[in-house]
Formats: sequence, structure tokens, C-alpha cells
Amino acid sequence: MSAALALGDDALVLSHRLGEWAGHAPVLEEEVALSNIALDLLGQARVLLSLVGDEDELAYLREERAFRNLQLVEQPNGDFAHTIARQLYFSVYQHLLYERLAAGGGELADLAAKAVKEVAYHRDHAEQWTLRLGDGTAESHERMQAGLEALWRFTGEMFQPVEGLDATGSGVDPQELEDAWLSTVTGTVERATLTLPTGPRTGAWTAGAGRQGVHTESFGRMLAEMQHLHRSHPGASW
Amino acid sequence: MAAVTADQKTQSTSGTAEAAGRTAGTAPDVADAARLAVFDAAVAADDRIEPRDWMPEAYRATLVRQMAQHAHSEIIGMQPEANWITRAPSLRRKAILMAKVQDEAGHGLYLYSAAETLGTSREELLDKLHAGRQRYSSIFNYPTLTWADVGAIGWLVDGAAITNQVPLCRCSYGPYARAMVRICKEESFHQRQGYELLLALSRGTEAQHAMAQDAVDRWWWPSLMMFGPPDDASAHSEQSMAWKIKRHSNDELRQRFVDICVPQAEALGLTLPDPDIRWNEERGQHDFGAIDWTEFQEVLKGNGPCNEQRITQRRRAHEEGAWVRDAAAAYAAKHTPSVPDAQQAQHVEETA
Repeated sequence: MSAALALGDDALVLSHRLGEWAGHAPVLEEEVALSNIALDLLGQARVLLSLVGDEDELAYLREERAFRNLQLVEQPNGDFAHTIARQLYFSVYQHLLYERLAAGGGELADLAAKAVKEVAYHRDHAEQWTLRLGDGTAESHERMQAGLEALWRFTGEMFQPVEGLDATGSGVDPQELEDAWLSTVTGTVERATLTLPTGPRTGAWTAGAGRQGVHTESFGRMLAEMQHLHRSHPGASW
Repeated sequence: MAAVTADQKTQSTSGTAEAAGRTAGTAPDVADAARLAVFDAAVAADDRIEPRDWMPEAYRATLVRQMAQHAHSEIIGMQPEANWITRAPSLRRKAILMAKVQDEAGHGLYLYSAAETLGTSREELLDKLHAGRQRYSSIFNYPTLTWADVGAIGWLVDGAAITNQVPLCRCSYGPYARAMVRICKEESFHQRQGYELLLALSRGTEAQHAMAQDAVDRWWWPSLMMFGPPDDASAHSEQSMAWKIKRHSNDELRQRFVDICVPQAEALGLTLPDPDIRWNEERGQHDFGAIDWTEFQEVLKGNGPCNEQRITQRRRAHEEGAWVRDAAAAYAAKHTPSVPDAQQAQHVEETA
């Protein structure tokens, strides 16, 4: 079930990043919303990782090179606009992917059918904030545009093949999601009075790298923090 | 059913108060005396005071102070626990902790809303918190140094909060009492989870057991301080009890808490860091050692281990979020039909 590992790692890592916002959000309602999304993703990660093996062994005892998540989801939070740009790019992708997985039958269909409802909410949250930041003040517009630009080069990876996805019997090929993703994101970005970035999305280094266990530098530090306590007490249960 | 009855009674008393105000319009002293009599009778009858009812200004001010402090405690209280979200040692524990911190933000929201029924606003209250003009619970000025602290906070700090707050579910001010009913349900769930976390550590490896004991050693006395100063030094107690905002004295609640914790500590296989705790047959309660009130006063004055850090982080989150709130307001202004437009539309309809 290497496909479950890749999708589980996406959810696990993004959930962790969102968890870093706790106590730092710009308004109380966002404390609730961001942790709500983080919890949904953590729930998805636990189901997916459990299909592969022991969820805690997989989360806490693998090293950086064994993680299969997209480089997009491991990117540091940055400011609120940066976080929202990451949410927009990922939640539109995840929504399309899970809709197809749910409809396609196969081994991941049931969990995708449950998760797609959560992801629809995540996507709405990201789109609503993209509109507010893009079409808010001059400062928020500039920050939102900067967030979209900074993360753009990590978006091509979402449409690379996911190892083992064929074997789940879903019949979903991530490459087929690309047109729908582009048109949805373009629509939201334009409604928000922003400009779709024009740089490369599939640079030689980032294309498919996370799915192959090649990550960006901040990811190792994130894992060090996440895994430290668990690794300090080998064999303990919590 | 009981709540409905109480609401109906409150409505009828508020009607009486308004009537009294109208008929005695020319004699404010008489009118106030009449309103006060209605208020006192409602409190004596255990009726709920509702936002539109007349109430003494001092009652309103006390409630605003207490509810704001309560709301602030939920918000600041997110910090010591959020400190461990990214290091939680299992995915199950991480999910529980995230859900708990999320609930605390929700409790803050309920409590600010309840406080707003008294004519203040969340913005105003947060400004006072940031300026150091309103307090939050002294307990959150202690640091979370190990994972076991998350369990100790759940068991002891939430346990103390529940002991304090369950009587508030019968507080004379309706919106506060109703918020507390919702909050206490979630808090007791958190408390059980904290206890269960400590139990797992206590029964785990030697190192885990030692971690649990160390956390209880550090959190026990600060938890007892959460009940406030001793009865003979408590400034607001007497009036709050007369108004039925408070139902029991600080010392009564503290004693109740100690009596609950002693057998729980035994069941956990952990000791409480007080050599003077023993059962007093005569009183039917536990005796316990003296609290270090100097430390309590220092923490209240801002000299606790984390006072500076907690308020700085809160201010920073607020200041760094200002552009986001401004953006939301600017967007709303652009995309909500303005009042003149709406009036114009109505005018067109009327003339058509």
C-alpha cells in the first residue's frame, strides 16, 4: 500500500505544520479553524498509515528519506497568506483526488468518501481566505500574491505518478487532475484580483522529488521536533 | 424544564422592573430602589438575571471582570499545552491534544460572547488583556517542561477549574451560567484524558513514571493556588456570594479539590508533594500543608516564570494578525451592500 503511505504522509505533514499555528493565529476563529483542519488531516493520516503498518512506527521512526509526502506540504508556515496559499494549492488537489478515489472504487474508496467531505470544507476555507486577502487591503493583496508565487514551484509535483496508486484499483491517474486543478485555482486567483504565477511548476529538482523521498531542508528539522520524544524512549507506550 | 421556568420568571420580573422605572420616572432614587428590590428578590429566588434585566452597576462590573478573566485564561491557557503539540509522542495523543487546545479557543469564544451581553466587546477586553489591565489565571504562568506536564495540567489544572466552575453553572447571571454548562462538559472530558495520560506514564517505563511524578510535584501547589487567596484575604468573595455569582468560598472549594485528588493520586501510583496531607477523622476531610502565598503574590504581580513570555506571545499574535483582520474588514466593506444602497432600493420599491 505505498499509495496509502504517500497520501498518509501528505496529511500527516500538513497537519503538523498547521498544528504549529496553535496559539499564534490572527483571530480566535482561525485558532479553531486551523486546528480543525489539522485534526481532520491527522485523522486521515492515521487511517492511511494504519493500512500500511503501525501508525506510530511509521510517523516517528522513519527518517527523512523514507517519507513520501509532497514537498509542498512540508513548506514552513510563513505568514498567514503563505499558509493560505499552501492550503489553496493542496486542498484543491486533495479534493479532486479524493473525489476520484471515492468514485473509482478500489481499496481507498471508503476512506476517500469520508475524507472528501472534510476536504471540501478545507478547500472552501482556503478559497474564502484567498478572496479576502487578495481583494482586501493593498498589504494583504501583496502578501497573498507573494505566497502564491513562493509555493508555485512545488505544485507540479502533485501531478506526478503516485507509486502503487494503480494497484489500489481506483483507476485514478494524478496527471488527469491537472487541468481541473489549474482551472479551479485560476478561477479563485482571478476572483481574488490576483495573478496566477508564471514560473516553472516542474523544475528538474522539485518534480516528483518528495514522492521519491527527496525533501527540502526544513523538513529534517520538522521531523527532529516531531520525533524527538518518541525516539528518546524506545519501546515505550504512551 | 427548570431552565424554561427560570427564564419565564426572569421575564416577568424584568417586566416589573420596567414598569417600576416608568411610573417613578420623576423620582430616580425611588425608581432605583424599586429596581434594586426586584433584582434582590430575583437573586434571592434563584432566578436568572438576563442581559436586558436591570442590574446594579457593581454587579455588572464584577461579572465583566470575572468573565473577561475567565475568557483570557482560556486563551492564554492554550500556550502551555500548544507548546507540546508538535512533540506529542503518539498520533493518538497528538490528536487529543490538538482537540483540547481547539476546545479552549472555543471556550474563549463562548465566554467573550457571554461577556458581550453586558455591554462590552471582545476587542475591548482583548485590548485590556494586552495592556495588562485585566488578568488571567496565575496557573498559566508556569512552564510545560516535559510531556507529562500535559497530563498534569489535564488532571490537576482542569480538575481545579472544574471544581471552581461546576457551581458557576448555577450562577445568577444566565448567559454565564449557560456558557459554563457547555464548558464544564468538555472540561471534564479533558480532565479524564489528562488523568489517563498520567496513568499510562505511571504504569510505563521507569523513566516515564519519573516524568509523571516530577510533573505532579511541580503542578500540585500552583493548582491549589487556582482557588484564590484564603477566605480571610479574599477581596471580592463576600459580595460575589451575596449576588450568587459565587456559591462556595475559596477555602471550601480548595478543600473539596484536595479530598478528590488524594485517592486519585493513590490510584495513579503517584505521590502528592505535601508531607502534611493526612486524613482528619474528626473533620471528615484531609488536612494539608501551608500554601506559599508569597509565590502566589509574585506570580500575580507578573513575576512568575512565564508571565512575560505568555503576554508577549499573545500580543505578537494579535499584532502580527492585524493585517489579516484589516483585510477581512476591507473585503466585507467592498462586498456587502452598503446601507445607503439598501435604503435607496427600499425607496425605489416604495415609490414604484
